[in-house]
Amino acid sequence: MAEPRPVLEMTGIVKEFPGVRALSGVDFRLFPGEIHALMGENGAGKSTLIKVLTGVHSLDGGTITLDGKSVRFASPLQAQQAGINTVYQEVNLCPNLSVAENIFIGREPTRFGRIQWKRMRKEAAELVDRLGLDIDVTAPLSAYPLAVQQLVAIVRSVSTGDGTGDGEGQGTKVLVLDEPTSSLDRDEVLELFRLMRRLKDEGVAILFVSHFLDQIYEICDRMTVLRNGTLVGEHMVSDLDQVGLIQLMIGKELDKLEELHEHQLRADVGETLLHAEGLGRTGRIAPFDLEIKKGEVVGLAGLLGSGRTELARLLFGADQPDGGKVTVAGKQVPMNAPNDAIDAGVAFCSENRKTEGLVPDLTVRENIILALQAARGWTRPIPAAQRDELVAKYIKALDIRPANPEARVGQLSGGNQQKVLLARWLITEPRLLILDEPTRGIDIGAKAEIQKLVVSLSEDGMSVLYIAAELEEVLRLSHTIGVLRDRKLVARLTNGPEITPSRILETIASGEHQ
Amino acid sequence: MSTPSAATTSRWRALTHHHLFWPVAVLVALLLVNVPFTPDFFSIKMTDGHLYGSLVSIVLFGSPLILVAVGMTLVIATGGIDLSVGAVVAITGALTCSYISDQADQNALSAVFLAMGVGLVAAVVCGLWNGFLVARMGIQPIIATLIIMVAGRGVAQLITDGQIITINSEPYKLIGGGYWLTLPFSIFVVAVVVAVTVALTRRTALGLLVESVGGNAEASRLVGIRSRRIKIMVYVFCALCAGIAGLMISSNTSAADGNNAGLWIELDAILAVVIGGTSLLGGRFSIGGTVIGALVIQTLTTTIYTIGVPTQTNLVFKAVVVIVVCLLQSPKFRAKVFGARFGPRSGAASGGSAAAAPAKTVTTAEAAPKMEVS
Repeated sequence: MAEPRPVLEMTGIVKEFPGVRALSGVDFRLFPGEIHALMGENGAGKSTLIKVLTGVHSLDGGTITLDGKSVRFASPLQAQQAGINTVYQEVNLCPNLSVAENIFIGREPTRFGRIQWKRMRKEAAELVDRLGLDIDVTAPLSAYPLAVQQLVAIVRSVSTGDGTGDGEGQGTKVLVLDEPTSSLDRDEVLELFRLMRRLKDEGVAILFVSHFLDQIYEICDRMTVLRNGTLVGEHMVSDLDQVGLIQLMIGKELDKLEELHEHQLRADVGETLLHAEGLGRTGRIAPFDLEIKKGEVVGLAGLLGSGRTELARLLFGADQPDGGKVTVAGKQVPMNAPNDAIDAGVAFCSENRKTEGLVPDLTVRENIILALQAARGWTRPIPAAQRDELVAKYIKALDIRPANPEARVGQLSGGNQQKVLLARWLITEPRLLILDEPTRGIDIGAKAEIQKLVVSLSEDGMSVLYIAAELEEVLRLSHTIGVLRDRKLVARLTNGPEITPSRILETIASGEHQ
Repeated sequence: MSTPSAATTSRWRALTHHHLFWPVAVLVALLLVNVPFTPDFFSIKMTDGHLYGSLVSIVLFGSPLILVAVGMTLVIATGGIDLSVGAVVAITGALTCSYISDQADQNALSAVFLAMGVGLVAAVVCGLWNGFLVARMGIQPIIATLIIMVAGRGVAQLITDGQIITINSEPYKLIGGGYWLTLPFSIFVVAVVVAVTVALTRRTALGLLVESVGGNAEASRLVGIRSRRIKIMVYVFCALCAGIAGLMISSNTSAADGNNAGLWIELDAILAVVIGGTSLLGGRFSIGGTVIGALVIQTLTTTIYTIGVPTQTNLVFKAVVVIVVCLLQSPKFRAKVFGARFGPRSGAASGGSAAAAPAKTVTTAEAAPKMEVS
């Protein structure tokens, strides 16, 4: 087969962390003008491979060839200057700076050593405009929701190659998108895809990582599959169907997901556990009433920014409500701080694992016991034997990898970090578990595990408030679905055969109970 | 017989990667520097039932710094800083000495205990104030503690009427200048405070919660840690340590000098914490490291005198040594200067995972930093 020369070739890549072998001898190649998917479960080594490529991590073995020349990047800046640009899974920008500053940070247009603010703002505005986005470049980045911040990150990485950066650098040869779509809604994804196709036509090689299989099949030409840090294979997307791909990724027959489909939720739920009345906060979410029964899974459906997270945060006391009251098991909860909700048996896994969940410097063990220890107070440490037993039990039950309680949690992959967070709260045996996007940015195997876990927790009598962007996911798991629109809880649907994703979409669109 | 050498190498690696290795190495090196200038540097003599020697003096004169630095460690671990400790030292000394000097019988035990109590209560009040500003009012720690740093010296001088109060109290003299069981009494005070601190942080969950608050404040709030309470506690504890140091300093000189007691000790304490390996960003902390760090600084001061560095170049000399220590603590610097052997912990240094074994050859061949950018 006569193929053009790859723009990028990685051969025999090895990367180790203390106690973890992240990559062992992985080969990878990327051709100009293609969109290439990097596939694999959590911890398969996708993010590590990308970080090795982009100079974030040093290489422990193997070679990288860019345009026929052997390269090795000591820093992301060097990789950028060589034409490799990256947008990561979680937005890594400065929320306190303006959009324009974020786009040009590190390569601001200067004259006589001074930054040309006007020119920077103008160029940023042009860039944003040309890409068809409606963003005020002078506003601070924090003024925009996560999805828009993600788009800004993409604009930033794309902009290095189009001549605005003072001609420095060599133009974007390789664009790496690590889970850019995980927080985007459908329209924003289409917007991104339009942009990706244009860049592809210009000959840019795009490396795309996403857990949404449909997106992979929609946009990608070729894919490389990793498993446990080793290469499983490279395939044309058209040659491999979804079932085949999933089997390659998880390395066994696809029974995990099937099982879940057959699994029916327990029909009978118990007494009312939590009752919220007129709870609301100006500018975040309109006052709402919500009832959650014992053992019930309540799903929240709505577009990004419709107030799903805001509702959950009020229920947990992470934000203070303006008014309304919450009773748990008949007792009113003061809701001044998370402590109050926690004392009442409410647990909350935030969608922002990095900033609101984990303490990256601490070990897996310390992160897991943190909530329980906080509840016990500092004077009553958990006895070492009991602690180790609990931690070992949950590492095993949730299959946290590496199964090393001493590993620093910051070095784990996204899915395993999510499991650590889950373990942290499950250990406290809460009565209501609030899960905000627990499956965001994690692979299909772990996704199925977490969903199965929710079902079994509900069977054991734990109530769950489940927030997810995918309607199918919410539908599959929930007894009851709360529909949000424009920061308002507009409907409450009891799940049944007649409730379909399109029915929910109609409800969101019309904004009323039908 | 290749296994023993491999075992030695890995043991050596484990040793050099221990978080206390570099602080201890520097301390030992500094001590050794003294030997050519003072041949009997390491000898300890028994005179009048008291042990004398350079090592004893270093611990004795370093005692107040160790106390202040230990308290500072916990504050820094929560992501804060306490600039007010020097002023707290002065206030405590001033209050205690002025109370004792007002007594008819300065040697009465009850009066001395009461005086010390008054001084330490004042220290705790200072700590509460700092904690209140930081935890309740949300003022940045460096600003919040600057208030007492500046105003506190004024308060101390008000207490002493701008004079140096001298006292003549035998029982009080014991804390900072007396001997017990052949050793300076201060050493016992320090040992007790360090032991209590270690027990308080590692035998209870306080250490974990402090590290969590310093490592990620928002996550700690959402996990239900009462971080305000924790922060107030560490500021109070830090001030209490500074107060005990204040007793020690004024006891040693039998005088309270509102102007100069504990002057710049906050900076030495912060240095000691950093040399000990605790990050100023908060999170992980090491009390043992801090003690070593404080001893490094005190040894440095002693060394400057014994090797006869001219007084006017004292501070420059000190700064150079501190820079060297801080550079040695940086994994990046070590990798550049000494090669991968002492470099960052990665690759073969792990050893914990069974899967890591086959990669060893590759790792060592590729570990040296290279750059071949087109």
